[in-house]
Amino acid sequence: MITEDPRHQDIHEYLAEFEDIPGTRVYTAARARQGYHMNQFAMSLMKSENRVRWLADERAYIDEWPMTEDQKQAILDRDYNRCLELGGNIYFLAKVFSTDGLSFLQAVGTMTGMSPEDYQAMMIAGGRSPEGVRSIKEKR
Amino acid sequence: MARITAGVATSHVPAIGAAMDLKKTAEPYWQPLFAGYDWSRQWIAQEKPDVVILVYNDHASAFDMKIIPTFAIGCGERYKPADEGWGPRPVPDVIGEPDLAWHIAQSLILDEFDMTIINEMDVDHGLTVPLSLMYGQPEAWPCKVIPLAVNVVTYPPPSGNRCWRLGEAIARAVESFPQDLNVQIWGTGGMSHQLQGPRAGLINAEWDNRFLDLMSQNDGEALRAIPHIEYLRETGSEGIEMVMWLIMRGALGRAVKPLHRHYHVPASNTAVGHLVLEPAG
Repeated sequence: MITEDPRHQDIHEYLAEFEDIPGTRVYTAARARQGYHMNQFAMSLMKSENRVRWLADERAYIDEWPMTEDQKQAILDRDYNRCLELGGNIYFLAKVFSTDGLSFLQAVGTMTGMSPEDYQAMMIAGGRSPEGVRSIKEKR
Repeated sequence: MARITAGVATSHVPAIGAAMDLKKTAEPYWQPLFAGYDWSRQWIAQEKPDVVILVYNDHASAFDMKIIPTFAIGCGERYKPADEGWGPRPVPDVIGEPDLAWHIAQSLILDEFDMTIINEMDVDHGLTVPLSLMYGQPEAWPCKVIPLAVNVVTYPPPSGNRCWRLGEAIARAVESFPQDLNVQIWGTGGMSHQLQGPRAGLINAEWDNRFLDLMSQNDGEALRAIPHIEYLRETGSEGIEMVMWLIMRGALGRAVKPLHRHYHVPASNTAVGHLVLEPAG
């Protein structure tokens, strides 16, 4: 079997490249630290008793978590792009939109600026082309 | 002696599980997707693997942000379907194979893969959707399962090369298990999809099909060399899940015989890819 060592990957170059992808926030360690409590709050909605308490009084429930006011407001507004900016991760945020009864298709579409119908139609037609959204610097 | 007899790759989109659970598979939206698994269900009914090593990723179900294992192997007796926020899927419990799992875990650690060992956890759609796709809706899953969870959520995930080499080490571990067992290895997740931000909905059928070509060919140098940034740019932020396919492919050895291939867009936000491969010496 083939087992030669790979070439060494420089961590700074590795991370810098992520910032060159249009419309994308890669869930790096920095974002994971920033969003820790927001993601753990979302995780708590895995339990049905917590979902009941959250739905009964969202503000009271979210105030139990050591999140910034910006993070709390982004969640209360269901502004998922803002949540991503503040360190949220989509698989954790999924607990929030699942509790709202939204599918991944419905919730993900809200981040694109498209109507749910247009987003669904785009997916059925084969999805968003990678042309022009691979790299900001290289405009490709 | 235990042996790895085949490898399966498949996407594991949650909506596929929901479509099966809600009996929507004959609807025009879903029918072409499921049709691509008809061959595989007949094939696996004849193959009757004793054990499936199921490589998948947890989606904030068993693992939250408290603990983030890069590679974790399930050595437990059984696993329940996770409640992912809409109640657990109505599918059977997943039965483990602790003897073989512990053997693999020990062998991998001696082989310098420092695994996290899990005795208790719930398993989410990443693990149960592939079982549903391959077996339909039985009363009990017809095989034992060894869950192998890979971190592809918090960066950096393992490199493609590292995944390939883990697959090679898994094959060595299986071959040194004295009991006569028919073992398959499945790599799940992908293909192109992005579930976040203004670029959400990205699909790259051309890239995906080139990846399916490379998976089906001998040698693996080109596959192993794909850097994370290429998956991200070309296949969307969640396309990175495809590194898990390389664990399966690495376990099959240098040469493979492709038996079945299927590609369909979309399932929800995602391009679905599926391969059945046999090791070819």
